[in-house]
Amino acid sequence: MGSQLITAVMVVVGVPAVLIAYIWGTERLISLAPEQWRRRVRPWLWIGPALGFLGFFLVYPTIRTIIRSLYGKSELKPKFVGLDNFRWFFTNADARGALLDNVLWLVFLTLFTVGIGLLVAVLVDRVRYEAWAKSIIFLPLAISMVAAGVIWKFMYDYKPPGVAQTGTLNAAIGTVGLGPIGWLQSPAFRVSTFALIAIMVWMWTGFAMIIISAALKGIDPELLEAARVDGANEWQVFRKVTFPLLGPTLAVVSTTMIITSLKTFDIVYTLTNGNYDTDVIANLMIKQMFTFGDFGRASAVAVVLLLAIVPIMAFNIRQFRAQESVR
Amino acid sequence: MTILAVPEAPSAAEPEPAARRPVRPRRKLVLHLAVVALMIIWVTPTLGLLVSSFRPQSVLSKSGWWTAFAPPYHFTLENYQGVLEQSGIGQAFINSLFIAIPATVIPLFVAAFAAYAFSWMEFWGRDVLFVVVVGLLVVPLQTTLIPVLKAFADWGLTGQFLAVWLAHTGYGLPFAVYLLRNFMGSLPRSVFESASLDGANHVVSFFRIAVPMSVPAFAALAIFQFLFVWNDLLVALIYIGLSNSDNLPMTAAMANLVNSLGGGWYLLGAAAFLSMILPLAVFFGLQRYFVRGIVGGAVKG
Amino acid sequence: MKPWLRGLVPLAVVALAATACGGDSSGDDTDLKGKTVTVIGTWGGDEQKAFLEMVKPWEQQTGATVKYTGTRDINTILTTGVASGVLPDLAGLPGPGQMVEYANAGKLLPLDDVLDLPTYQSDTAPALVELGKVEGKVHGVFIKAAVKGLMWYSPKLHDYASTPPATWTDLLSQATANQGAAQATWCLGIESGAASGWPATDWIEDLVLRTAGPDAYAQWYQGKIKWSDPAIKNAFQMYANDVVAKTYGGARTAVSTNFEAAGDPLFAAKPGCVFLHQASFITGLGGFKDKKAGTDYNFFPFPDINPQYAGAVEGAGDLFGMFHDTPAAKSLMKYLVTADAQNIWVKIGGALSANKKATGYPDDISKRSAEILANAKVFAFDASDLMPSAMNDAFWRGMVALTNGSKSVDQTLADLDAAQKDAYTS
Repeated sequence: MGSQLITAVMVVVGVPAVLIAYIWGTERLISLAPEQWRRRVRPWLWIGPALGFLGFFLVYPTIRTIIRSLYGKSELKPKFVGLDNFRWFFTNADARGALLDNVLWLVFLTLFTVGIGLLVAVLVDRVRYEAWAKSIIFLPLAISMVAAGVIWKFMYDYKPPGVAQTGTLNAAIGTVGLGPIGWLQSPAFRVSTFALIAIMVWMWTGFAMIIISAALKGIDPELLEAARVDGANEWQVFRKVTFPLLGPTLAVVSTTMIITSLKTFDIVYTLTNGNYDTDVIANLMIKQMFTFGDFGRASAVAVVLLLAIVPIMAFNIRQFRAQESVR
Repeated sequence: MTILAVPEAPSAAEPEPAARRPVRPRRKLVLHLAVVALMIIWVTPTLGLLVSSFRPQSVLSKSGWWTAFAPPYHFTLENYQGVLEQSGIGQAFINSLFIAIPATVIPLFVAAFAAYAFSWMEFWGRDVLFVVVVGLLVVPLQTTLIPVLKAFADWGLTGQFLAVWLAHTGYGLPFAVYLLRNFMGSLPRSVFESASLDGANHVVSFFRIAVPMSVPAFAALAIFQFLFVWNDLLVALIYIGLSNSDNLPMTAAMANLVNSLGGGWYLLGAAAFLSMILPLAVFFGLQRYFVRGIVGGAVKG
Repeated sequence: MKPWLRGLVPLAVVALAATACGGDSSGDDTDLKGKTVTVIGTWGGDEQKAFLEMVKPWEQQTGATVKYTGTRDINTILTTGVASGVLPDLAGLPGPGQMVEYANAGKLLPLDDVLDLPTYQSDTAPALVELGKVEGKVHGVFIKAAVKGLMWYSPKLHDYASTPPATWTDLLSQATANQGAAQATWCLGIESGAASGWPATDWIEDLVLRTAGPDAYAQWYQGKIKWSDPAIKNAFQMYANDVVAKTYGGARTAVSTNFEAAGDPLFAAKPGCVFLHQASFITGLGGFKDKKAGTDYNFFPFPDINPQYAGAVEGAGDLFGMFHDTPAAKSLMKYLVTADAQNIWVKIGGALSANKKATGYPDDISKRSAEILANAKVFAFDASDLMPSAMNDAFWRGMVALTNGSKSVDQTLADLDAAQKDAYTS
């Protein structure tokens, strides 16, 4: 363990030191060149390390995935099948049901995490026990997915009517006389999908809250005072001053949550395996990849996910351009 | 205009009188009710697990956790004992630390430089490249396992901590760059302009202006990255576990509390709380950086 | 010393040397001192402890160490490992299908020269030896086994020990006759996280085996007869009409209850049901864990339905294989299938051994289960484990939808036929 400790300390101290030295060193180096040339080269030096990591860990596998999606199942004797895997995906009834579920996830997970996160960030800003409140909302994010599964099994547990309920929700609705509901086993009205979405909202609202709160703290109090002095009430202050200033941050959080909703699979996999109309695309992909061993189809689903975020990315570009023009 | 100095160490988030308008008592009550209601809703599931972790297995499937507050009391520490007696849990905890700390520090630095460049340097293709970086958020981790593992095997990294440090950096960069760039980009241009008028180049601007003013964002990022790495199981299992079980983190030891048929699941509650202590400590520790005034009213719109 | 005694000394030395060196061809054990064997398996919790107990004597004898990693994501780990070439020395295999895949990929190694083959073949149930073979060579061994389709009951409600029902109709009528205070005939719980539905698939398999016979059963899991074939459809209808219709708490409870806790109503003051249909490993789980074998619970095997196919038994097991043939790995593999090793495992309880000579069972119930496994007239392996994983997954999910009432028998079978067409081609 001693040598491991030394390595770890070396890394924690060394890597930042190396990076700082790299930045400083390259700045000295390019100071030998004319300003024009410096301005062209410097950005690439600064984003170089990041691009290196991203290129190897994310871009290279993605290119392989895109290529793999055009081939068949067999790993030993890959056969080019063109768009067959995509055809399978769009004609499969299971996949279509999963797409619908993903739309529900996308809309409601984003809406609730960002909405409640914003609400909480704004409200706790004004109370003295802010740290406590934030910690409680944040707590679920600190819980691993495995434990979250156990927690919500307790929440959603079902016992037949007439027997003592062990699930918190069924016990709660039992006190007002409503019968026990199988929360995770009800395809009707997509109750089970919403039950799963509720779990993710519970876990991720803290994430949205922390980021929004950090941005909130950065708003110049003078601006808010000026608005109040002009006679605006709190709600108007929020709508006319705070909310617009939080725009970029809300865009970041929303984009992240939308992408998270597209990638969600482990909560669905461990609790229902996609039964009761809860299946999602990412679950299909994982199953194809590791349970059925069909990398061609799994890759096709991954490519569909990549294409699905193109509109979101287009929106983001527009956001930046707008931001730039205002700055 | 002078360049902002490094901000003073903040205390707990006490409001400055000038920033707050006195709220009418009735409004205050509604505010408190709303906050407390949300807190209760949020804490109930966790509370349920906490109480259940102190109950013996035999009563867990028979009665709800709220019945534990009425006699007969069945409280027990056997679940916690079961977790702590799990072979190798101590080493696993240390491994988790070894994995999580570097895997948080490295992406923080790499992303900081990149975020600054995306925010305050002009170069051809900047916006499109940035959006591509953000778009990489959607790449499913599982699609990267095989090619990366093959490469690691060729370089002899499998089973070592370095493998997961590098991997977590790669996986965490899209979000890190996104978050930091958003924050740095919203800093007031005037501060940078006057700095460059005073003769500061980008390196100085970065270290003297951008970094100190972005502390809340760094704190938030550190919390999230630490948390995700601390709770990660798959990356560690694949890049370390396939070759060397000695270096596995706590998440693996905890997952092993349950047998292949699911028996022993009641230990997971106790395990979850034991494992939660450190990330919560990190959160509380970094909380103090989310204070109004650090940025000094940077966001002027 | 007397002269003749002196003469015995060299003899004694030679004799000692001979016993110390052992008598087999796998080489000197001391060669393995300090070596390690990496093992990955699905066993966690008490199973993990049992496995580590099992390898302790081997570790002490050879001086080598076993490094065990447990995971429930064994599919992900091994698929990634096989594709990238990073693998443990020994590993639990997800199923016979994957065993064939890994062997064909050249990564899973044959064990014919590693095991003491004649002993292995004579000591192990023949069906389990065959299932571990790929193209005639042994590639996987069943390190743990289980009997499926046992009928569990509480003797306090009615004792069937002396006259267990011999046929299915007999069982149904006895269940109604002896129901007493119980609320329903069956306890059923099919929830199981990512594998929800498997207890229901066990039901269908038992029914198919006993109504249509082992040949139809084999054709069924090989994908050679359709799911909507009358023989298979019959089993589904029996399940829907005779099981789900008569289960404690109705369909809603069946789909919401985890299989571990499903048998708890057997022991309630007001019993929920008369019988629980479940495998032999239930004794280590849920409400069974702190109850006494024989007094609080007992079992009889699944009765025959069609007398033509009497004596059929369905079983399952955990497969184990070798990816690297280092001397230490080979030695460990050889040790694991011996009766001595298996005895350690079975003494701890909750599992059966494929080795007929491992008889250290802790109680009468496990002993009887092991005998059923060893002496089965017609042995059938869990069909869903033998189907391609895509078919297996569709089967699980089909059973969930059927039990829940979301789909009718015909709709479920139509879905399964569609999945079958897709799953068996490649």
